[in-house]
Amino acid sequence: MNELNLKFGFRDNFLEGVRQPEELEQFVKTCGQQAEIDAQNLRHKEINDLIRDTAKRQIKHIILRNVCGHRYIGTRLSNSEGETVKIDVYNYAGNDLGVFLDGHHINVYGNAQDGVGNTMNSGEIVVHGKAADVAAMSMRGGKVFIRDNVGYRAAIHMKEYKDKVPVLVIGGTAQDFFGEYMAGGKVILLGLNLKEGEMHRANYIGTGMHGGVIYLRGNVKDSQLGKEVGIRPLDEEDKEIVEKYVKEYCSHFNCDPGEILNSEFKKLLPVSSRPYGKIYAY
Amino acid sequence: MIDNRKIESERFLPDKDIENCGLFGVMNTSGTRFGGEMAINAIKNMKVRGNGLGGGFAIYGLYPQYKDYYALHVMYENKNDEAKKNAEQFLHENFYVVYDEEIPTNPEVDVFCPPLVWRYFITPHKKEINGVSEDEYVISRVMDMNKYMQDVYVFSSGKDMGVFKGVGFPEEIADYFMLDKLYEGHIWTVHSRFPTNTPGWWGGAHPFSILDWTVVHNGEISSYGTNRRFLELHNFYCTLYTDTEVMAYAVDLLMRRQKLPIEVVSKIFAPPMWNSIKYMKEREKQLYTTLRMVYAPLLMNGPFTVVIANQEEMIGLTDRIRLRPITAGAKDDFVFLSSEEGAIRYVCPDLELAWTPPGGEPVVARLNSKDHLKSLNKSV
Repeated sequence: MNELNLKFGFRDNFLEGVRQPEELEQFVKTCGQQAEIDAQNLRHKEINDLIRDTAKRQIKHIILRNVCGHRYIGTRLSNSEGETVKIDVYNYAGNDLGVFLDGHHINVYGNAQDGVGNTMNSGEIVVHGKAADVAAMSMRGGKVFIRDNVGYRAAIHMKEYKDKVPVLVIGGTAQDFFGEYMAGGKVILLGLNLKEGEMHRANYIGTGMHGGVIYLRGNVKDSQLGKEVGIRPLDEEDKEIVEKYVKEYCSHFNCDPGEILNSEFKKLLPVSSRPYGKIYAY
Repeated sequence: MIDNRKIESERFLPDKDIENCGLFGVMNTSGTRFGGEMAINAIKNMKVRGNGLGGGFAIYGLYPQYKDYYALHVMYENKNDEAKKNAEQFLHENFYVVYDEEIPTNPEVDVFCPPLVWRYFITPHKKEINGVSEDEYVISRVMDMNKYMQDVYVFSSGKDMGVFKGVGFPEEIADYFMLDKLYEGHIWTVHSRFPTNTPGWWGGAHPFSILDWTVVHNGEISSYGTNRRFLELHNFYCTLYTDTEVMAYAVDLLMRRQKLPIEVVSKIFAPPMWNSIKYMKEREKQLYTTLRMVYAPLLMNGPFTVVIANQEEMIGLTDRIRLRPITAGAKDDFVFLSSEEGAIRYVCPDLELAWTPPGGEPVVARLNSKDHLKSLNKSV
């Protein structure tokens, strides 16, 4: 035994006491192509083990009940044969929902916590509620739709490569450092819950941004923007992109795209692709 | 010589600790006392935020039958009887000790090296001694005990409140002290994980307390050195080698001694950036400039979320760019503060409101008020 471990009583709180999937069969109810997992008394690793096992049995629709802060839902689900599953989460997904998600679809019928879609590769996450901090952090592909607000640092370090372009659509407003260090991808902030004439409150929008684009509905002052971003009007191509994703947003949350699209959008772009290049090279 | 031999271990000790402290607080703003079930279950829900090296609870409204006396929770490390004799002699010399007893524990709960923990209900001999108020007198004696007495450490020293803490997961500490069975209070705060940059030891677990102020903290106060030096000028001595201690003393200095409201204190700990002050209206600009000038050494730099409490208030605050999470919730007279929303939902499934305040904006739950809702319209 490691003396330090013994002395300070260190325990592995992630893996200690985790049961094997065989012991957890009573938590899964299968009905044809659909399975329900009761998460009430499960650890997050146990949930993901069960999702994996269930998906291996060719079940394409998994419903998670009594979720309350369980982390990493939907991770470790490979997609080698291109077969994807749909996961419905009731109600409160924990941190890093859909982390590294690869092609699967997750619906959350409640709020999500920090790190929704962290480093996700492809697929779709739809949150019927709000998300906390660092939503879509380091996202590399796929789509995330958040019905209401997001916390600090949404879309931080989102990136794109060739045809892999991540998309984040937020129905409400965002807190500070929105789009911080963004390197790619498309982010749409709709501000649907802002009152007439009310501005977005986020400060430091796009600080350190050097790629990608933010489409913003509603108003912000120049002083709310990071030094690295500028405001431009939308061109025809931009309008098509916004229309496409607003329509998708509305189909998820049953609202009218016409009204949203009738209002004015701004486009936030990085003014330089290497804002600090001069510090490192001369 | 450092011994470099590899020691076989059944347990995995990662190079870097990947957890993040878990905080939770619940208050009944009408002052109705309730049991520990919510606090214990909520922190259990956030188990992965802790690491079993520290857990602790602060409870207010704990000793209504002794509410006029200072309640001292004193820990004797290594179950040192000699230390206990010395400490008790010291207490009897300086105070009336109205009642004392060992804090009951459950011997069947397996915790790591538990100390002896005793409680004393005390009062100074006179209301005022040489112009020094009762509170000041108690603080200075408690500081002396912590500073000079071997194997003695005072967990808490406020009226009608107490801190229970130790090495282990918080639910184990709760079991050990039988918190859910023996106690009720109108505020419960709880912390999971261990003090930053310190090995886990019983006195070093959160909450940190001075008189009836307690602080539980997630993060790391990188301005610790500056803060500590400033506090030493005001006779607060840091004895615990961890950052959170400065926060507890700073709260005591600003709120109890200097009588500043928490709304101002939070702008001292987490002031707006100069860049934001530039765009404020003239009066605000003056206020925030003054605060930043006068209290510059009490700016708490680095990432933090804290839950601060006293008899009347429970306050949640993050650093100004919110590098640590906080969620507030409310239902009827209950106000919740938590690192994660899931923990609140877990103990209060029919929650009415859940909101996330911006960085540096306090959520203040006060007895007989709805002040906690003031932060609502600035939040998401």
